Amino acid sequence: MMEGLDDGPDFLSEEDRAPRAVNVDLQTDATLQVDISDALSERDKVKFTVHTKSSLPNFKLNEFSVVRQHEEFIWLHDSFVENEEYAGYIIPPAPPRPDFDASREKLQKLGEGEGSMTKEEFTKMKQELEAEYLAIFKKTVAMHEVFLCRVAAHPVLRKDLNFHVFLEYNQDLSVRGKNKKEKLEDFFKNVVKSADGVLVAGVKDVDDFFEHEKTFLLEYHNRVKDASAKSDRMIRSHKNAADDINRIASSLYTLGTQDTTELCKFFLKVSELFEKTRKVESRVAADEDLKLSDLLKYYLRESQAAKDLLYRRSRSLVDYENANKALDKARSKNRDVLQAETSQQICCHKFEKISESAKQELIDFKTRRVAAFRKNLVELAELELKHAKGNLQLLQSCLGFMKTNT
Amino acid sequence: CHRIGSKMLYLDIRGDLDSEIRERGTQSLSSLSTEDVSANTNGPNQDALFDDDPEDLFAEATEEVSLDSPERDILLSDGPSPAITPITPPTSVIAPRIGHTHDDMFTHSSFDEIEEEEVDDSFDINISVSDPEKVGDGMNAYMAYKVTTKTSMSLFKQREFSVKRRFSDFLGLHSKLASKYLHVGYIVPPAPEKSIVGMTKVKVGKEDQSSNEFVEKRRSALERYLMRTVKHHILLKDPDVLQFLESSELPRAVSTQALSSAGLLRMVNKAADAVNKMTIKMNESDAWFEEKQQHFESLDVQLRKLHISVESLVCHRKELSVNTAQFAKSAAMLGNSEDHTALSRALSQLAEVEEKMDQLHQDQANADFYLFSELLGDYVRLLAAVKGVFDHRIKTWQKWQDSQILLQKKREAEAKLQFTNKSDKLQQAKDEIKDMEGRVQQDERDFEQISRTIRKEVGRFEKERVKDFKTSIIKYLESLVLTQQQVIKSYFTFRYVTASV
Repeated sequence: MMEGLDDGPDFLSEEDRAPRAVNVDLQTDATLQVDISDALSERDKVKFTVHTKSSLPNFKLNEFSVVRQHEEFIWLHDSFVENEEYAGYIIPPAPPRPDFDASREKLQKLGEGEGSMTKEEFTKMKQELEAEYLAIFKKTVAMHEVFLCRVAAHPVLRKDLNFHVFLEYNQDLSVRGKNKKEKLEDFFKNVVKSADGVLVAGVKDVDDFFEHEKTFLLEYHNRVKDASAKSDRMIRSHKNAADDINRIASSLYTLGTQDTTELCKFFLKVSELFEKTRKVESRVAADEDLKLSDLLKYYLRESQAAKDLLYRRSRSLVDYENANKALDKARSKNRDVLQAETSQQICCHKFEKISESAKQELIDFKTRRVAAFRKNLVELAELELKHAKGNLQLLQSCLGFMKTNT
Repeated sequence: CHRIGSKMLYLDIRGDLDSEIRERGTQSLSSLSTEDVSANTNGPNQDALFDDDPEDLFAEATEEVSLDSPERDILLSDGPSPAITPITPPTSVIAPRIGHTHDDMFTHSSFDEIEEEEVDDSFDINISVSDPEKVGDGMNAYMAYKVTTKTSMSLFKQREFSVKRRFSDFLGLHSKLASKYLHVGYIVPPAPEKSIVGMTKVKVGKEDQSSNEFVEKRRSALERYLMRTVKHHILLKDPDVLQFLESSELPRAVSTQALSSAGLLRMVNKAADAVNKMTIKMNESDAWFEEKQQHFESLDVQLRKLHISVESLVCHRKELSVNTAQFAKSAAMLGNSEDHTALSRALSQLAEVEEKMDQLHQDQANADFYLFSELLGDYVRLLAAVKGVFDHRIKTWQKWQDSQILLQKKREAEAKLQFTNKSDKLQQAKDEIKDMEGRVQQDERDFEQISRTIRKEVGRFEKERVKDFKTSIIKYLESLVLTQQQVIKSYFTFRYVTASV
């Protein structure tokens, strides 16, 4: 049933086609522009059409498209994380897995319960659920696109070979998802990392800048997490209230058609009003979701990526200090000095490289963050005002009509 | 159109009535004493309803619409003919004259006109229930409410006065009114429901938000109950109502307690009624009643559905309020840890806006509840009273049928006796037949009476319903308007601040 959502090029409206860099303030660069021009939702997977426009010489064509699935995005992300060269950068967070399970379940339940409700109710609910499905769909497309745009905007990552392969290679990348063993390995790696992270975090940094960033990010990350969760709950309540208003509108409509007194006109008018205000309320919830919830969720992931960067730097600092100690020991024993020296040099070089790029990355992160928050908060305010004014107008015109007709 | 002029006259000033009543007392239908606070809803028969009490103004009203009154014909020509038709086998029913004649001679509007004139001329009363006060301690504690009446009606001794009443007093009042008026076809507004859980919390002394909410909910319900009761021009003049509003001391209505013997009796009677209803099949010859019954039944279904949705809305809005408050706190914390000063300020501003939203959601949830949800709840309960009245009509019809059957039996018995030589028994049989014929006549009159009353009541009820819904819903929409205006104000300031980030 969902196949029908892919109506070809018209599927994504004009406004959707523009870089949906909702949460990131990116400079679009003519040398490399990436976007997701199309998407198709199938049974259990989503196929994204990644479209690239580039004047760079390393691509065969100036404009081309490939079809990618979520796993391939994850593969790309992981390849960045595992690449030592990129240790000093904030790796753009991976897009979350497309999750249509809840929506699909609801649609299925609706199909099963078709016999128990009137035709109007059924059509209405079906429209509601389809709209919800579409909204989730658009969101997942946006999040995958943002990831690619961040990579394309990054001065170093955009040159990555895997990235180019991802963009250009028009066959399946044969990236299988991680099997159980690999997932277990990942799990242990994460456990080790968090334990290590605690140890490493305890090490006081000589550099004021990084010390400040560490404290800041730790607290910020936790608070964004909390705000994101609370925002989600608030928006869900808002949606529930809008659903109730929908049901109230239906009941009032039935009452209006059945009543024998002059109330029937009255009920029908109020039913009509609630139908409209309900739509506005739903849009308020949807906009809050987009401008607030998504923003917070994104910066939850990005702040985690920034924390990971700090961790890598601290790790390399520890390694550097250990190498220093080893060198001193070697010198005192006068054994393997050369080896220790080279090792120490490597560590030092690595540490300095990371520190340098990390500083810049963190500064950029702050700039991006402030810009994104500013943009979204202003847009949120504008939208809330717009919807409230719309609601007010609907209410006042209905009231006016009713008072004159009493 | 000829107004029930005499009716107006009687119900005007209490004082003058005494003489009138004494005169008419002999003629009135009443002769038995009023049952007091009887839990028996099967009730005494119609005759037992009114006593000779000079205070009972109701006697006049019944008298007015007796079969012999000339006014009646003009207004109530849909009723059955006054003559008793010969008894036919019980399955057939004496059909009231309806059909196309009904439409010509009896229209709702003309009736409404009269009712309206009556009401507008003299109706000016406002009752408020306020100042809930806890009296006593522990499980014997109760809430006392101040009932204030403001009126210019000459029915009352003063223009403004207050009394203290407790919840069981209200229940007692309703119980009395129900036993007097329900089974003759008057739609008596139901009293607010008991709540053992709610009251226990209050008694135990928890001064928390939920028990405060409970008390406020109850106070509002009691106020609405009293206003609905006095809006009924018959009930308004009932001595029990007047006593309730005016006298400083009121005897404790003990029989309203759920677990009292009267309470148990009530439950038994309700069950008996339910069984009876299932076995009585009335041959409805008046389509109006069937139509109205169906209309009320479908209205009941729809209102219940709507009520559930509105209750859900109230619940979700309260949830929204709580979640918004939590988010506001979270946003404030986020703003605190943000190290970019301008953004930090914007986030604090966001927190402030959301705090305001929280308050607005709470206020709106209250409006949802008091202006919309409670209205629907009240009408669901009122419709139950309406249904009860229709059921009483069926019971009255059944009584009439039973008398007819009995009369027939007696006639057959008499016919048999004709062939024997027991002259004294024959005489007795003849006497019994005469009595029975009188009873049949009376039962038929009762049936016609309740049918007439119900028609009037339904007209009045529907008018009230239209007014009630219109007023409440307009008020509700106005609350929504207010909320949106506040939302606009809040986000306006917010936008101003964030733009400067």
